[in-house]
Amino acid sequence: MIVPLDEGIRELVHDGDTVALEGFTHLIPVAAGHEIIRQGLRDLTLARMTPDIVYDQMIGAGCARKLVFSWGGNPGVGSLHRFRDAVQNGWPAPLEIEEHSHAGMANRYVAGASGIPFAVLRGYTGTDLIAQTPDITTITCPFTGEELTAVPALTPDVAIVHAQRADRAGNVQLWGITGVQKEAVLASRRALVTVEEVVDRLDPVPGQVLLPARVVTAVAEAPGGARPSYAHGYYARDNDAYQQWDAVSRERETFEQWLRTEVRGNARPAREGGRT
Amino acid sequence: MTTTPRYTADEMMTVTAARFLTTEMACFVGIGLPSTAANLARRTHAPNLWMIYESGTLGAKPDTLPLSIGDGILAETADTVVSVPEIFNYWLQPGRIDIGFLGAAQIDRYANINTTVIGDYSDPKVRLPGAGGAPEIAASCREVIVIVRQNSRTFVESVDFVTSVGHGKGAGQREQLGLTGLGPTRVITDLGVLEPEPRTRELTLASVHPGVAVDDVRATTGWELQVAPDLAVTAEPDEAELSVLRSLTGS
Repeated sequence: MIVPLDEGIRELVHDGDTVALEGFTHLIPVAAGHEIIRQGLRDLTLARMTPDIVYDQMIGAGCARKLVFSWGGNPGVGSLHRFRDAVQNGWPAPLEIEEHSHAGMANRYVAGASGIPFAVLRGYTGTDLIAQTPDITTITCPFTGEELTAVPALTPDVAIVHAQRADRAGNVQLWGITGVQKEAVLASRRALVTVEEVVDRLDPVPGQVLLPARVVTAVAEAPGGARPSYAHGYYARDNDAYQQWDAVSRERETFEQWLRTEVRGNARPAREGGRT
Repeated sequence: MTTTPRYTADEMMTVTAARFLTTEMACFVGIGLPSTAANLARRTHAPNLWMIYESGTLGAKPDTLPLSIGDGILAETADTVVSVPEIFNYWLQPGRIDIGFLGAAQIDRYANINTTVIGDYSDPKVRLPGAGGAPEIAASCREVIVIVRQNSRTFVESVDFVTSVGHGKGAGQREQLGLTGLGPTRVITDLGVLEPEPRTRELTLASVHPGVAVDDVRATTGWELQVAPDLAVTAEPDEAELSVLRSLTGS
């Protein structure tokens, strides 16, 4: 259950998988994303509502074949330059995109978590997204005759999320802004949770175990593993890092330099894997 | 008389937006000028404004301006924090939110908004961030206020991609599509305020900011801009508004 991060990625994520790294501004699993880059995984379909800088990094490093998303920007800063370069110029590899709205993506995970093939919402009506994303369609309500929108369940091979704490059995405490992590984990075949710390006993706070051990495949300790996003109760969002990413990512050369020094040359020591 | 303006264009836009918010409203806030405007309103004439950020924080009361829609301060000060599926399904979709703010990379005469691509979708000149929460905010909030700087690249005859529906192709179209909210009722720019003409739903110049000529607005609009018969001059920010605003932005 408790594994080093590199082992967790090696065991759970394979070339060609559909992988969802979720975390809505809060608790973004950045350390796991960097480990995927270090292991040189390829041809991944990356799902994420808000592919921010961690997916920019994975796309730039050549891990992705396809992106399933609803908003691809650097929050509060601007565009994602590696994502742009992949879409506009096919660098470092062509990137297929499947584009939704937030409401659509959230409902796709809900359907996946619920074990049903599609979700129903009021959404997308009148937009050009419908013409570009083949799996957005309409459905007639069997009770009222009203026309609504249907989107298919999203069922990734593996979900990766970051949380504050887990116990040794793999029960995961996650609090603050919980985003869509629960739905992503329940929708996926396998789930890897990185945590700030593994503890012998979780302080019992009713309602705060978001993920019971039985839905978690593996837990890896990764202190600071959500930086530069934040972990409520542990550390704040590093807004400067988001600003600085704009300059680092703008040119291929500076990005590759960053990859060499900050990711490929910066493997986490094994002791952070939780084996003490 | 001084020749230095007392306020910036951003301050004019922010104060104008804040004045449209009232204390009983629930407001879906985005980061940037909308967040500044909502926080300004809450500190001045709308103390009970219920601010909702799409990260799931309902009734957030941050003491400083957040830099993202999911800052910790929003969760700590919120009445409640809900998941992302819940914010869209339980709060936005049934029409519980009065006002939503949207920005735009392109906007047309019927306030349809593009935040997806400039150029062709499959071979874009510029790939933009995309939809996020905007299509459903535009569909389901009771009203939408658009805040965007006015120039001819943004105010176009026809948007390259409809990310969020404003008034479609004109009067009656929202009803035809089954969109429950009123759509964009105001577009606030650095030059003035545009509002849909009640009959046609075409964006029409309703007020110009002090010192702005109608021709300046026409020159930066990509369609033949109609001007309301009772064209107003937007009221300037007052000292109290500017003082609270600057304490928020640190300028």
